[in-house]
Amino acid sequence: MDNTNRPLSPHIGVYRWRITSTLSILHRGTGVALSLSTLLLAAWLLAAASGAAAYQSVAGFIGSPPGLLILLGGSYAFFFHLGNGIRHLFWDAGMGFEIEQTRASGWTVVAASIVATAVLWAFILASGS
Amino acid sequence: MTIKTPMARALGLGSAKSGTEHWWMQRVTAVALVPLTLWFVIALLGLEGLDHGAVTAWIARPVTAVLLLLLVATLTYHSFLGTQVVIEDYTGGATRVITLLAARFLHVVVAVAALFAILKIAFGTDT
Repeated sequence: MDNTNRPLSPHIGVYRWRITSTLSILHRGTGVALSLSTLLLAAWLLAAASGAAAYQSVAGFIGSPPGLLILLGGSYAFFFHLGNGIRHLFWDAGMGFEIEQTRASGWTVVAASIVATAVLWAFILASGS
Repeated sequence: MTIKTPMARALGLGSAKSGTEHWWMQRVTAVALVPLTLWFVIALLGLEGLDHGAVTAWIARPVTAVLLLLLVATLTYHSFLGTQVVIEDYTGGATRVITLLAARFLHVVVAVAALFAILKIAFGTDT
């Protein structure tokens, strides 16, 4: 009884590039990345609870080049997911649904997340730790 | 007064009674996470050094411990709700069941481990 000739949605490749669709999948992608980084948060807390030696090995990893890269990517993912999440909450409240508004709020989130990440790392580098 | 068919009434099946719970809790946790995550980032920036002594002394402070417990509980809940939607969108059959189970177990393990660590530091350190 399977009707294999049923109409299907065209493949994603036929659609024109849009900021809205790009940010939509980025919201999901950053969400998954942030879910994975809860593992690092739990490891950091467990190490702190386990003692100075355990803490030093986790802190040493976070301070190493791959650890700092994860922290940099994670901080951008955090600010993007935060900003775009607030954008979603406005939509949930029924606000900002016009096409032009969704594009403007999308670009605002992109700009705000880049600025917030830059400000955060300026503070981190200034404190020198 | 029911609009159910006699067969539907006899079977007694219906919705799973969860309705919009999943969608709503995703929003509730999102709203709570805005101040909690921003507090966490700003508080960490404000610490004088991130060595073991400074970090455990900070976690042991009652206000910090309570906010961290709220952060970890809300964060892992929100994370699981989101992960669940992603898995349900892209997988099916046995893969879906196994991945959902694994995601749920992993989230509970992460949550309990982090909550325990906070409590151990909070109750084990004199401030």
